[in-house]
Amino acid sequence: MITAERKPLEEIIACVAPFRKVLLVGCNECVTVCAAGGRKEVGLLASGLHMALLQQGKSVEIREHTLERQCDPEYVEELNSLIDGADAVLSMACGCGVQTIAGRYKDKPVFPAVNTKFMGASERQGVWAERCQGCGNCLLGQTGGICPIARCAKRLMNGPCGGSTKGSCEIDPDTDCAWQLIWDRLKALGLTENYVEMIPAKDWRTSIGNGPRKIIREDLAE
Amino acid sequence: MKTDSKLEKILAAGHLAVTGECGPPRGCMPDKVREKAKYLEGVVDAVNITDNQTAMVRMSSFAASVIVKQEGLNPLLQMVSRDRNRLSMQADIIGAYSLGIDTMLCLSGDHTRFGDHPMALNVHDLDSIQMIKMVKDMRDEGKFQGGAEIKGAPKMFIGAAANPFADPFELRVMRLAKKINAGADFIQTQCIFNVPKFEQWMEGVRKMGLHKKTYILAGVTPMKSVGAARFMQKRVPGMDVPQELVDRMASVPKEEQAEEGVKICVETIQRLKQVEGVSGFHIMAIEWEEKVPEICERAGLLPRPQV
Repeated sequence: MITAERKPLEEIIACVAPFRKVLLVGCNECVTVCAAGGRKEVGLLASGLHMALLQQGKSVEIREHTLERQCDPEYVEELNSLIDGADAVLSMACGCGVQTIAGRYKDKPVFPAVNTKFMGASERQGVWAERCQGCGNCLLGQTGGICPIARCAKRLMNGPCGGSTKGSCEIDPDTDCAWQLIWDRLKALGLTENYVEMIPAKDWRTSIGNGPRKIIREDLAE
Repeated sequence: MKTDSKLEKILAAGHLAVTGECGPPRGCMPDKVREKAKYLEGVVDAVNITDNQTAMVRMSSFAASVIVKQEGLNPLLQMVSRDRNRLSMQADIIGAYSLGIDTMLCLSGDHTRFGDHPMALNVHDLDSIQMIKMVKDMRDEGKFQGGAEIKGAPKMFIGAAANPFADPFELRVMRLAKKINAGADFIQTQCIFNVPKFEQWMEGVRKMGLHKKTYILAGVTPMKSVGAARFMQKRVPGMDVPQELVDRMASVPKEEQAEEGVKICVETIQRLKQVEGVSGFHIMAIEWEEKVPEICERAGLLPRPQV
């Protein structure tokens, strides 16, 4: 999923303070799962903003609404009945959701209330960690199901650097060395000879090297 | 011979090679490079010129290499994949070779976290092994990494690093094999303090016959003080400084610690000379270049052979 963290309240206040009526929009998907921008967080932020703004002697009317999926134009249409009553939109979705709203309501300022972080998975209650950088050409079959691009601090594709220590990355003892994990997995799978094969220089065109990416499915596109 | 590199000639002739290191200054101080180079003249066969080491901005390895070359020494251009993409690397390799630099070392580089620009983006378009392959293909196939033909291919003698002390230990020999397969002509190892562990690694190297496919230069570093020993032991990732060496440094008075560090370094070289498959030494006297002549003299590495 896409993970996010709420921005500091002061930064959000600075965005909405100039407006009288703000529509605060959450999303029921990823940001709900990582507890950054779902219905519950929308409620918490609304009351937090109310109190902080009152203390500053300002009055901003905040209308709350949480969409099923903010990155999907079909669901964003739900805002049609609320948008006219708002001077600005404050979105608690990831950057994809923020941009879907901005694209739909061209005359309304939209502000992000969260910082979109990464594609990750839950490690345990309350902990999410990066797992994928969306390089567009998945190597996981060669690397024992552990991604060196997302999980090695140097994106090394052919083995651990000289700083791998007791299973940890040199940049932080709390970060696993991706290549230690890969090696342990290859051993467990009896596939250590996979390591010998050199992974050639990456073609970054499938990743961030070729400008904004798009998927067009002719069988589905209207 | 694959190249005109002096280092290759020394190694191919079967001599124990000696390389040293010169860290470029953090400012426009070409005289500083010349001063450091002077200490190494006639003492080493090639001088590694580090590339923004510890992720701190310095005079470029390329520029400092040219200065060292002008002083009559043989620079060994270090290049890290952290700071440049494949276009920039190839451009610098062609430029360096055009100015007479024929020996280089391919590295991934210290993470920016450790330097004074932790906010910078790490490039890593290629990893160090992919970089080795690129430099080899430029030399042997006359091809750019993108596939086009190079008019006037750079003939680099290609080096790589190996750290026998990092984890997972059992993978370290295989990683060396991978670097050799990619095209590493010579290897410079991480500083060796734990000699038995290095010997264990070399045993694995010999078992795979890797010492016959590449030249392995054993890395050594003289410790200036017990403080430096402790710093390397505790703070430098992938460094293995046995407690007994730290204790030995601590056992002598402060003013004698530098001499004790040099003594340990010389003893280490003497021991490593006995290890089958060691083709030479890479002496990393960090900000202590003036000590290299004395270390080489005491270790019986002088005079340097003429080839």
